[in-house]
Amino acid sequence: MARRKFIQSAFALLTNGHLAGFWQGRIYQGPLKSLCLPGLNCYSCPGALGACPLGALQSAFSGLTGRIPFYAFGMLLLFGALLGRLICGFLCPFGLVQELFYKIPVRKVKKGRWSQRLTYLKYPLGLFFVLVLPLGLLFFGSGGEPTFCKYICPAGTFEASLPLLGANPYLRAAAGILTAWKFFLLFLLTVAALFVFRPFCRFFCPLGAWYGLFNGVSAFGIAVDKKTCTKCGRCAAVCQSDVRLAGDRECISCGECVKSCPTRAIAYKNPFASAPFPKKMIRAFCMKFNDF
Amino acid sequence: MRNLLLLVAVACIGVGIYLGDVRLVMNKAVHICLECIGIG
Repeated sequence: MARRKFIQSAFALLTNGHLAGFWQGRIYQGPLKSLCLPGLNCYSCPGALGACPLGALQSAFSGLTGRIPFYAFGMLLLFGALLGRLICGFLCPFGLVQELFYKIPVRKVKKGRWSQRLTYLKYPLGLFFVLVLPLGLLFFGSGGEPTFCKYICPAGTFEASLPLLGANPYLRAAAGILTAWKFFLLFLLTVAALFVFRPFCRFFCPLGAWYGLFNGVSAFGIAVDKKTCTKCGRCAAVCQSDVRLAGDRECISCGECVKSCPTRAIAYKNPFASAPFPKKMIRAFCMKFNDF
Repeated sequence: MRNLLLLVAVACIGVGIYLGDVRLVMNKAVHICLECIGIG
């Protein structure tokens, strides 16, 4: 648990290292900004050193390129295939923020059938605000917009809006109804995060929805050995998310369930365990080197 | 399946780089996103 917190914090700091931006009210404009980050990390965060993949995707759908956004889509596919929702558990700064709020000692709302059903909401929500609405506005409306970023994304409000409006009086002067709406949403989510574990990740996050689809095939993350699993349900019981079985689409690979399994069927995947590389390759190289 | 996904991902990234997507992402990312901060 402590190790995961450390990795989350370190990665958040690493990817948001432009600290001077916070008191200058300016964003980083260097070459790293072209690199998509795996988690929900608004590129208008003063500290952000990379780009939000969701924002990049929406910008493309809203008419910036007028075609399939191969780069942003490719990055999302790469992150998904490599890490799945391990990104949520270890690399997403907004997930970390919610977990920190959840640590505040107030009475918690237990998960149940209600939360399991609510997890499905993030799929139509993501599809509508990230894909349908931007494209719809582009072709049938007044022009495309990154509608998830504009109307929903609390990460943008927390990571970007809060520090930028705080430090920049010109931006503050331009704030209006939309700003108030986004801060209201952020307030609701903050309150929810006190009582419910990672509410945005579980019920609303389009990135989590996307990455969850890859949990079964990703190179890294939690996996269950189906031969030794007895389906006792202990992993689901100890899980703070809404998994039915460790490693399913709701699993953020936090690892809390590993010790709970009575048959030790749960472990982190090791894609190199059964691979012929690099051991044979290294041995062959050494033998050739010795011959020479 | 995973290897296929990785291959498609790398291919997409390669095509994107070739078509100039990186420059477009950069162009968007280095300017303050007014929509993201609630100014629109």
